[in-house]
Amino acid sequence: MSSTEHTAGTHVHRDDVGSRMGMWLFLFTELILFGGMFLLYSVYRFQYADEFHLAAKELNTIMGAFNTAVLLTSSLTMVLAIIAIQRDQKALSILLQLITIFLALFFLVNKYFEWTAKFHYGIYPGGEELLAKSSGEILFFGLYYVMTGLHGIHVIIGMFLIAVMTRQTRTGTINKDSYVRLENAGLYWHLVDIIWIFLFPLFYLIT
Amino acid sequence: MQIHDKPHEHSHSYGAYILVWLALMALTAITVAVAGMDIGRFTVATALIIASFKAYLVLTVFMHLRSETKTFVVFVIVALLFLGISFLLLFSDYSFH
Amino acid sequence: MTANDAAIKTNGHEPSYLEYKGKHTGILGWILSTDHKRIGILYLISLSIFFLVGVAFGFLMRLELISPGRTIMDAQTYNSFFTLHGVIMIFLFVIPGIPAVFGNFFLPILIGAKDVAFPRINLMSWYLYLIGGLLAVVAILLPGGPTDTGWTFYVPYSIRTNTNVMIALFAAFILGFSSILTGLNFVTTVHRLRAPGMTWFKMPLSIWSLYATAWVQVLATPIIGITLLLVAVERWFGVGVFDPALGGDPVLYQHLFWIYSHPAVYIMILPAMGVVSEIIPVFARRTIFGYKFIAFSSIAIALFGSLVWAHHMFTVGMSDTGQFIFSLLTMLVAIPSAIKVFNWVATLYKGSIDLSTPLLFVLAFIFLFTIGGLTGVMQGVLSIDIQIHDTSFIVAHFHYVMFGGTGFGFFAAMHYWFPKMFGRMYNRKLAKTYFWLMFVGFNFLYFPMFIMGWLGMPRRYYDYLPEFHSYHLISTIGSWILVAGVLLMVYNMYHSVRKGKIVTEKNIWGGETLEWQIETPPIHENFYDIPVIETDPYQYKMNDEKFEKEVVS
Repeated sequence: MSSTEHTAGTHVHRDDVGSRMGMWLFLFTELILFGGMFLLYSVYRFQYADEFHLAAKELNTIMGAFNTAVLLTSSLTMVLAIIAIQRDQKALSILLQLITIFLALFFLVNKYFEWTAKFHYGIYPGGEELLAKSSGEILFFGLYYVMTGLHGIHVIIGMFLIAVMTRQTRTGTINKDSYVRLENAGLYWHLVDIIWIFLFPLFYLIT
Repeated sequence: MQIHDKPHEHSHSYGAYILVWLALMALTAITVAVAGMDIGRFTVATALIIASFKAYLVLTVFMHLRSETKTFVVFVIVALLFLGISFLLLFSDYSFH
Repeated sequence: MTANDAAIKTNGHEPSYLEYKGKHTGILGWILSTDHKRIGILYLISLSIFFLVGVAFGFLMRLELISPGRTIMDAQTYNSFFTLHGVIMIFLFVIPGIPAVFGNFFLPILIGAKDVAFPRINLMSWYLYLIGGLLAVVAILLPGGPTDTGWTFYVPYSIRTNTNVMIALFAAFILGFSSILTGLNFVTTVHRLRAPGMTWFKMPLSIWSLYATAWVQVLATPIIGITLLLVAVERWFGVGVFDPALGGDPVLYQHLFWIYSHPAVYIMILPAMGVVSEIIPVFARRTIFGYKFIAFSSIAIALFGSLVWAHHMFTVGMSDTGQFIFSLLTMLVAIPSAIKVFNWVATLYKGSIDLSTPLLFVLAFIFLFTIGGLTGVMQGVLSIDIQIHDTSFIVAHFHYVMFGGTGFGFFAAMHYWFPKMFGRMYNRKLAKTYFWLMFVGFNFLYFPMFIMGWLGMPRRYYDYLPEFHSYHLISTIGSWILVAGVLLMVYNMYHSVRKGKIVTEKNIWGGETLEWQIETPPIHENFYDIPVIETDPYQYKMNDEKFEKEVVS
């Protein structure tokens, strides 16, 4: 998110707090976007408690927990990258950002394997195996794919965002005196992490 | 007012963040362990409480909410309230079917 | 270039924003501009076009309904017309309306700032608006036919119909994004860019309204985003969340839809109320009565407005408890609106009334909005709503608030701020003429709908029983009078932008807020020097000779 700038001839008014404020407001929209789906989930879970319980058993808890750890670690590396640039440790910051991207990729690869394993068994929207199950189970998996899918899209967006930040850190656009963009990218990334923090127990741990 | 802020400072060392990360990992492990135990209806509630605390840690420490001005905290509360109230009112219909 | 033209071009020592030459010139200087004033004008132009398209659909619908049975179109066409009329009017006119045009143009000026917090995002908001609008139009033209689900896209029909639902959903999603970015921009601007000395309680009331609106835009819009996205996903992949054949709950769709769409109506009305609060002090030459009450009411309306959504669903089979709760909350939401009306009327009392066109539209607003609001309270009563839900009573109600309220508020803003925006004056006699045409036409168009709805005439029906014929006839004739007024207004505005009498004085109406202390039209950065605020807004005194109003004939 850009800070306020004017054309040449007037002083450039930089407002980092305002920039972060705008980012937080944007994060609320993402929170509520997923929140709407959590609302859906809670109603259907209320109505189909046993069937949700049954369906959740099909998911691999270890995989889910491992992915949670991966994402939490990527949150750490992201915030450390910001500390590093504040301390003018440019190379370290870049390394940490790259590790964050790598961890995100790792998360996605795990997700890919999880999903394709399910597909193999016919458990996907419209799949034979799924349609043969009860309504509650169909709803569980419908919500599972949509919510983790949308989350996955946000992981991809986050990866691209951080990659842009890495490049800007390399060129010096992001530096120890001007790093609000990196902070904002970090905020985005942390929100992606928070969403998963809630997705994990609600889908994997209700057995 | 066009505000001129003090330089944005983080008083944390690398260590502080790593400690919080360790806490988050521990809480994840606890959540998984609790899910394995049979405590009936409280499984979800416990999982959600732990998840909320993890989110709180990420918000306040990783996202630096605690070093921002109070305005940001009010913002977050307002957003969460909106979701919370929607949830409550939605269930004013569904819990009485 | 005459001396008059030169006056517009160089007020004082800087050119106006209309003549300013930045990085780009010509048309690029407009469509690539990050100047909030130019973006406001861009919105005005595109909005006006979409508004007229929406009017055209409405006009043709009324033509069809002038007599029972088929008149000029078949039932399928009629269904797509009311869908498009609703989608275009709601998403492309009423929701963006006042914030996108007048909020963009005047919010920074009213708080003493040079621009909004995020000028480039502001421009992006407009591009998203344009793309969403064009997609909505494309949805009309592509094979598959225009959407016929109603603007509410209720499942399961929206999942099953073969018309161009996906494009319409996508258009609405993009328009939602535009709204979100505007809201986010305005919240940040109000927090961060107020001039020195402008505390929260020295802000003009329209800023309070725009601020409250911006919050609703940020928080509520994502809900419709995810809801419409889910309908699209449902159509594509059959996930089951909304499809009853797979276990989904259509009522849950309605809940999610209205969790946004009810607050959306407060996005629509709050800015109009802000405009009313600006205009009344100026044309009554009295300081506003109850500033803090009005300011807090704006916040209260935004807050309570998020609690009442299921009053759109009283007949779908909700639990009794849910229905009681929502009915009670609906009663509450009327209170802050009523407080505003009382304060406005109290401001007028013993004022020195100047019945210029802006005030005429504002007075019409108060009258029409009160009727709309009171009928809304009626609808909140469960036993009444069971009878009148989905009848033309509802249609009349929401047109009174959305059109009589926001619409007339928009026209009031237009006639109030026109001289400042363009450095020209419109034909004021003509304005009063079409004002009356519009007011009379409006009431003939919509009041009969209250009566017929009460007597059982359903809404969205292409055909009807003979007993409703005279009401429909009056209503259609009313639409002709109204449209005549609207067309005259569009002509007056368009003609006067290009050839109206030049205005160079800063304060043509004798206003107190900051926009009346800067150049007409404003310079690129609004102020030569950022002002320091020391007084409350609206410091009017009776018989004030300090402000000389030019009589511009």
